[in-house]
Amino acid sequence: MNNKDNKPVKKRQPISEGSEWSFELLETYDKEIARIAKGFRLDTYPNQIEVISAEQMMDAYASSGMPISYNHWSYGKHFLHTQGNYQRGQMGLAYEIVINSDPCIAYLMEENTMCMQALVIAHASYGHNSFFKGNYLFKTWTDASAIIDYLVFSQNYIKKCEERHGVDAVEHILDAAHALMNYGVDRYKRPRPISANDEKLRQSEREDILQQQVNDLWRTIPQQEKSNVKKDKIFPSEPQENLLYFIEKNAPLLQPWQREILRIVRKLAQYFYPQRQTQVMNEGWATFWHYTLINSLYDEGLVTDGFMMEFLNSHTNVIFQPGFDSPYFSGINPYTLGFNMMSDIRRICEHPTEEDKKWFPNIAGSDWLDTLHFAMKNFKDESFVLQYLSPKLIRDLKLFSILDDDRKMHIQIEAIHDDDGYMKVREDLAKQYDLSYREPNIQVYSVDMEGDRSLTLHHYRQNNIPLNEESMDVIKHLRTLWGFDVYLHSLDEKGNVSKSYSCSQSHKATDDQLELTEH
Amino acid sequence: MSYIIDRRLNGKNKSMVNRQRFLRRYKKHIKKAVTESVNKRSITDMERGEKITIPTKDTSEPVFSHGSGGIRKRVLPGNKEFHAGDKILRPKGSAGGGSGEGQASNQGEGIDDFSFYISKDEFLDYVFEDLALPNMVKKTLNQHDEVEFRRAGFTTSGTANNLAIVRSMRSAQARRIALSASSRRKLKEALAELEKEENKDIDLRNKKLIEELNLHIQKLEGKIRKIPFIDTFDIKYRNIIKEPIPSTKAVMFCVMDVSGSMTQQIKDMAKRFYILLYLFLQRSYEKTEVVFIRHHTSAKEVTEEEFFYSRETGGTIVSSALELMSEIIQDRYSPSEWNIYAAQASDGDNWDDDSPQCAQILSTKIMPLLQYFAYIEITPNAHQALWHAYEDLRGSLGDRFAMEQITRADDIFPIFRDLFSRKALKEAV
Repeated sequence: MNNKDNKPVKKRQPISEGSEWSFELLETYDKEIARIAKGFRLDTYPNQIEVISAEQMMDAYASSGMPISYNHWSYGKHFLHTQGNYQRGQMGLAYEIVINSDPCIAYLMEENTMCMQALVIAHASYGHNSFFKGNYLFKTWTDASAIIDYLVFSQNYIKKCEERHGVDAVEHILDAAHALMNYGVDRYKRPRPISANDEKLRQSEREDILQQQVNDLWRTIPQQEKSNVKKDKIFPSEPQENLLYFIEKNAPLLQPWQREILRIVRKLAQYFYPQRQTQVMNEGWATFWHYTLINSLYDEGLVTDGFMMEFLNSHTNVIFQPGFDSPYFSGINPYTLGFNMMSDIRRICEHPTEEDKKWFPNIAGSDWLDTLHFAMKNFKDESFVLQYLSPKLIRDLKLFSILDDDRKMHIQIEAIHDDDGYMKVREDLAKQYDLSYREPNIQVYSVDMEGDRSLTLHHYRQNNIPLNEESMDVIKHLRTLWGFDVYLHSLDEKGNVSKSYSCSQSHKATDDQLELTEH
Repeated sequence: MSYIIDRRLNGKNKSMVNRQRFLRRYKKHIKKAVTESVNKRSITDMERGEKITIPTKDTSEPVFSHGSGGIRKRVLPGNKEFHAGDKILRPKGSAGGGSGEGQASNQGEGIDDFSFYISKDEFLDYVFEDLALPNMVKKTLNQHDEVEFRRAGFTTSGTANNLAIVRSMRSAQARRIALSASSRRKLKEALAELEKEENKDIDLRNKKLIEELNLHIQKLEGKIRKIPFIDTFDIKYRNIIKEPIPSTKAVMFCVMDVSGSMTQQIKDMAKRFYILLYLFLQRSYEKTEVVFIRHHTSAKEVTEEEFFYSRETGGTIVSSALELMSEIIQDRYSPSEWNIYAAQASDGDNWDDDSPQCAQILSTKIMPLLQYFAYIEITPNAHQALWHAYEDLRGSLGDRFAMEQITRADDIFPIFRDLFSRKALKEAV
């Protein structure tokens, strides 16, 4: 919208006037947006833009956006929930869903106006798409070209299991696996990219070998002499953070197909892992680009003033951030924070103030496009905030940091948006996006190899924060998978056990277990 | 590079399977809700969906996450008046800083129950689940009065009018090809050899060989010619079989006492029972007709409106209604075509000397034609003559005859279920 800076615009020749869209228009807009995006060096996977109806959008919602997925009641529950809310008008549907795949699949809803379609194309097909392709987390942890094949593979595999072992038995395993999904991720080790073909090839082979290894671990035939030395050995030798992986490899009673299902859930968790760590960046990047790309369209005279008004209205809604005391407040809006940070980086590059030069000596005055691409490629939310959140933005959003200690009567204001507080606010906000702080730290500690085969987990408390009430239910699921007693000790920072959970034979879960292992 | 694809025509019910899975998992909850609602609903209101509510706790998908408590730091936007070091009272209801920034559960947040709608059909399916009309199976299996002719492939025997010409010619050709294969191969070889020989220079030709070959060729051609063009073996006939069609028509007789002793309240209860039966029949048969017979001292066939709402006074002679019913069956509903059901509702009043007569008409004239007869007595009082008369029939008529007493509206559905439970069906078959 910076007409003043540019040369006077030639006579406007908008691509379209009305709010109706057509496939020809979609193509034209897409072509124009692609041209401009190329000028900004946005490197994307090929786009596959699919026009769908509202009902289909609800379907897509229910299975976390995946175009294909195995069947499970929880997806049905999400669908009923969405459907109920939508039909009663309590909520609108998201304008778009985009999938990290190659080609990158983006859904457009047929109800949208032309302006919204253009916004979504710019946002999803060029914003998110280039993020998926460029960001280091996605590059290391996911393989965009393999995901669709893998989904098809997993759907077929689970369907086969259902035919062979019954829907209930499969549902049982999936319930338990879903409960531990967030603990099915290698946080530090780089995983192997998934591939449906390799999976199929290795599957039967792996089944045999796995069972063999498990049997080996649980060998009951006494070993000669050596066993005396081994007696004190703790298994696993190091604590394991990937609970699902540990169970898949070591649970004594699971059938090969049950291990395969755990593996599928684990692989999907791994696929979603980068998305959970880059919400602010991903949405910020996409929002920044739809804003920039559509504005460029306007500057070139390709869209009308009416189009622009509608666009700005939607854009403003997307990045609306209610204050902490507003009834609408539900945490920091990742779109707002991300968009503002991206725009702020551009501002620091193009029009740095004295303060910026002091805080960001490396980027103040540099080429903004280079800097922005670098930021997109090499950070995740936590490090991105820590690196780029500027004092000006802290002031603009009026951010402040509180300390809430349940042993004290009052909540303490630790830092606000002033000279003394910027650093502190920035650090605290960054930590808020660190998954290892957001999720309890639970690890496999030991297995009683010689005795009752029970599994012991440790929860390492940070800041004395306990586990939630549902934890007991999760442990029941864990017991179902492990097949023997499970203990979870919640340790405080000094290493003392402050609370213990256990799920033992006498528990209700036993019946389920019997049912499970019969097959 | 972009591809724009129109997916709107793809199926929109991709989540159907998952939805069914959900309903299956929470069947117990749903059935409970449905049963309660059946008892509460007005009868005219039966054909509509229902909102089902399940406690969130029961549908939760548990995950490990932080509970409340401990020391937390949060960064919030929109500061207006705070300065570093300020202490503020903890807002009520968010002890320990709420649930933090976790997004573990954005489903059903702040909602105590998970509720959703099931459709009309689903609702009725739950209502009638585990129910089956007694003797329905018996009827469809044992009495095949109507048959249908149906094509069923081909056979080797039949009448001339069923000759399948194309099929016969095809198998004749197949046979000819199969039987002549070796001869034709030899013929081809011989012809090739002959041609080779004839292409040679005239002096080099082996006349003897040519002659032999010609003879051989003639022999082979003859052999091929001798294979019959069509053989009895090839003839195929269209196979047409008779198939019994199960009777898909049902008629339901509603018999009700409208004498002075029947209050509107009792009639309403009877109505509910009839409606349940009607809905059930409708789901079991393609076509369902209803005949309303009301009676005091004399019986009359009436419309539904009249049946339930017009008032008359007088004594009670039940046998008049049963007589009329048997006449109507004779006239209009041949038992070979129709599945006949009857439900009689009464407050138990009858002229004392009429009751034995009723039992007699029922056992001799009506029951032989019927699939099922249900008698419900709507009264909180002690049983009267009619009940006792019917009670004697119970033993001789077996499972096709049922009687129950209803005192309150709540009883209707359980009793309906009892009368038509699958258990009864098993015994019947």
